[in-house]
Amino acid sequence: MISPANYVALAAILFVIGGVGVLVRRNALVVFMCVELMLNAVNLAFIAFARLHGDLNGQVIAFFVMVVAAAEVVVGLAILTSIFRARKSASVDDANLLKY
Amino acid sequence: MAHHLMLAGSAASNTEVVTWWVLAIVAVGAALGMILTRRAVHCAILLAVVMLILAGMYAMQGAPFLAFVQVIVYTGAVLMLFLFVMMIVGITASDSIVETIKGQRLFAGLAGIAMLVLLILVVGHATIGAAAPSGLRNSATNVQGLARLVFTTYVFPFEVTSALLITAALGAMVLAHRERTSPRPTQRMLSRRRVASGRPTPLPGPGTYAQHNAVDMPALLPDGTQSGLSVSGVLTTQDLQARRYGARAITGETAGANHADDNHEEDR
Repeated sequence: MISPANYVALAAILFVIGGVGVLVRRNALVVFMCVELMLNAVNLAFIAFARLHGDLNGQVIAFFVMVVAAAEVVVGLAILTSIFRARKSASVDDANLLKY
Repeated sequence: MAHHLMLAGSAASNTEVVTWWVLAIVAVGAALGMILTRRAVHCAILLAVVMLILAGMYAMQGAPFLAFVQVIVYTGAVLMLFLFVMMIVGITASDSIVETIKGQRLFAGLAGIAMLVLLILVVGHATIGAAAPSGLRNSATNVQGLARLVFTTYVFPFEVTSALLITAALGAMVLAHRERTSPRPTQRMLSRRRVASGRPTPLPGPGTYAQHNAVDMPALLPDGTQSGLSVSGVLTTQDLQARRYGARAITGETAGANHADDNHEEDR
């Protein structure tokens, strides 16, 4: 069996890539997808730790993370469509009405 | 680090190690492609690759239930939702290359590398032992063990989750709902508007009397000129966008299609 350390290292790499994506990309859709990547990476770490401890609690937490991520995507994409409808743009730079 | 990790798993059967490394490298490559590719659609496809690989890794770690949930919820539902929204927002929407804050990309990359080094050091220094024997974590099967936990220890969070999902569904409906500000036009109003517009007849169909009948092919008028009215405005906009971003025209690469594109631009 592959050591849980390998899975945790892979989860760390994916998490960092997702975080850099959130910082760098300007398209709100792509930013959302990078957030999803980060959540998935954390799930991978949860499941690796669940296997490490021989305990199912980590898997249950990963399950709850999936549920919350699904709810977050639904609301986030609805906000995105309503912003797009008002401002004709999906860029995070154009939603700046609250600035100043 | 990688060599050390490889040694840790060397007691395992060889095929599993090879499979894991191939999957891990493909996942990291797809994730890197996600933040490097400029088109949102390519980004979604690469994210699907990462998610499917993660589902496989869940299965390899004795979590078959979560592997299936991952495929159904993430690649099935969430990514489809992303693609639907992409359809509304515009499938050709790509990122602008302009940096709003000077040096943002550079500093984001540096911060990412710093965080990666930090996390890898933490993982490397922690004593993460071998996995516990699989008999410990599963009472009978994975699904039964999870069900026991969800419906006993975690029953209250589970119920709260249902409230969260209902709230999210309601919120999405409220946010995506568009209030009608003017009365709905009746059939009489519509026909009056049509006559007043100066063109009571339907618009010409694309491709009439032309070389072929593709949707992006303008119809030929009796005097041999092309009618720009016969091609949907959406296609023209897409062509212009593709041209502006230097990408290949969406509607095709044939000489005829390109000629048709030129015609659209003259019409505008």
